[in-house]
Amino acid sequence: MEQLLQQLVNGLSLGSIYALISLGYTMVYGIIRLINFAHGDIYMIGAYVGYVCMRHLKLGFFESLIISMVFCALLGILIEKIAYKPLRNSARITALITAIGVSLFLEYSTMAVATATVRTYPADVLINKTFSPIKGVIVNIQQVYIFIITIALMLLLQFIVHKTRIGKAMRAVSADKDAARMMGINVDNTISYTFAIGSALAGAAGVLVGIYYNTINPLMGMLPGLKAFVAAVFGGIGIIPGAFIGGLTIGIIETMVSGYVSSLYKDAVAFAMLILILLVKPSGLLGKNIREKV
Amino acid sequence: MGKLKKLVCFVLMLGLAALLLSGCGGSSDSSGKIKIGLNYELSGDNATYGQDCVDGILMAFEEINKAGGLLGKQIEPIKMDNKSDSAEAISVATRLITQDKVVAILGPATSGPFMAQIPIATQHKVPVMSASTTAEYVTMDENGNVKEYAFRICFKDSFQGTLMANFALEKLNATKAVIVFDNTNDYSLGLKKSFTETFTSKGGTIVAEEAFVTKETDFNAILTRIKGLEFDVIFLPGYYQEAGPFIKQARALEINHPILGADGFDSADLVALAGASALNDIYFSNHYSSLDKDPKVLEFIENFKKKAGKDPNAFHALGYDLGYFVADAIKRANSDNAEKIKDALAATSEFKGVTGTVKIDEKHDAIKSAVIIELQNGEQVSATKFSP
Repeated sequence: MEQLLQQLVNGLSLGSIYALISLGYTMVYGIIRLINFAHGDIYMIGAYVGYVCMRHLKLGFFESLIISMVFCALLGILIEKIAYKPLRNSARITALITAIGVSLFLEYSTMAVATATVRTYPADVLINKTFSPIKGVIVNIQQVYIFIITIALMLLLQFIVHKTRIGKAMRAVSADKDAARMMGINVDNTISYTFAIGSALAGAAGVLVGIYYNTINPLMGMLPGLKAFVAAVFGGIGIIPGAFIGGLTIGIIETMVSGYVSSLYKDAVAFAMLILILLVKPSGLLGKNIREKV
Repeated sequence: MGKLKKLVCFVLMLGLAALLLSGCGGSSDSSGKIKIGLNYELSGDNATYGQDCVDGILMAFEEINKAGGLLGKQIEPIKMDNKSDSAEAISVATRLITQDKVVAILGPATSGPFMAQIPIATQHKVPVMSASTTAEYVTMDENGNVKEYAFRICFKDSFQGTLMANFALEKLNATKAVIVFDNTNDYSLGLKKSFTETFTSKGGTIVAEEAFVTKETDFNAILTRIKGLEFDVIFLPGYYQEAGPFIKQARALEINHPILGADGFDSADLVALAGASALNDIYFSNHYSSLDKDPKVLEFIENFKKKAGKDPNAFHALGYDLGYFVADAIKRANSDNAEKIKDALAATSEFKGVTGTVKIDEKHDAIKSAVIIELQNGEQVSATKFSP
């Protein structure tokens, strides 16, 4: 029982990271129907920006987190303007392949600048203490931080999307781009905002991972990026709470698989799930079956 | 107009061809220098090992050249990047041999690329040697055929695995061990095999085997599972990139058992990754220790610090030794002929380096001692030498 609870704690902290990344995936998909494969690499860049802030500029945790989020937001806008915007009216596969190109570009540019060496965050940026809420279950304060920050950011996102003008514009563009434009919504700006917000969340995830696992490298975004994609599909791609639930579920399932079966199977199980969901409920856990407009 | 274009093209092509040809024929050995090729991982996954070895080698060559060179000639190292890739290592070796006419090749640092270049080197009769390829079959294939032109100056993984198993049994009085290994890495699998064989044959039991894949950062699930078991030590054959987070997470989950490893733990980054407070009761085998009080080692450490501004790790030391190792053979051969250097290398009976005394056996493997380093609070507190 203790072991199960401990694994649940492990799974929740891993899942929170996936959730943060997959929120951005889902937002971008929801608005321009693009699976942004470069998203995982923005998360990696976020981790590196946090690293520079803490290691070289000697900033604290929250300053670094915010700088990293702002930097990633700008990077997200830049990528959208340079790589995706010119392709907005071309076939969807073109944009998808461009996304893969951007992803490789980010990975190997980082490797060229920062080298492939594993980097470590300074040890004392965030309290690293453990406590025991139940006997035999150990929780790290950093795990609590990750969980709380993820929930806070998701609530903030929900608020932006449903209660602000920007959010209203986003929903309008997502529903029908052309109609939205006719209503006087600036579609380009709205898409930029979406990229900015999604990328900022990925940046936050990068910093949190950097602190929690204390190891970052230029290719760290690949696998979590794919897992976050699975999480987004699991929850219903384009739906924000879906991404959150999907992320946590993937995290917990992975932990349970490595805890009770074998850690060699955890990636396989995550991707097997993707296939299964696509077969059984293609629109995801929270997705509605909307008939395609003809 | 069309004709003119064609003509211009033709002339340009001729010019290019001439350039290429002149490039090929230009390097005969009359320069009065001894050319030694460095085929190393300067980029890609294993760049840190390659770069560290190269730093050590170049430092050795610099010292030799300053002291008057070899046989009255200066050593000219020709450094090339194999991108941590076996195919690339072959083309680098080919170029070094056929174009630069080197008399010997040092490197690569890792076993795969090193083994890949051996056929080319054998074909051209140029000796190749490495300081850090610890895989089981490198200088000899599985049927016992020795590769005539390949040498190494480090011990094998099976030696380390056996050493750590004996250490666990005898010094730590362990009878139950958990092995956590990297399932995608030959180095890790080799160590696991030899550790298991020795440990179980002497009465110990392996309570559990847990696997992970390279670049894993989250070990909480595995650790939580291990926590419920009864055992004395954890054996973690792997590199510091995974060992760091593993140890950090283990100690955070209050798993305070001794953790054993091998030379993959040797890196200043281990402390940064795991945090000094987590590095208690860590034991790993290594090629050398900076605690060694041998004057030769002290001098090396001091010179290296002066030059690079940091403490040398085992790869620096191994590279440094490799530089002197080839120089020693050239001196004994009294010639810069590749064939004679090869014979001198094979006849090495007592080469004294920073990482210990090397004797090359009939399998072209090095017979040399290892140290087991103990970490407490992130610091090396003891280093014990073990002879084979």
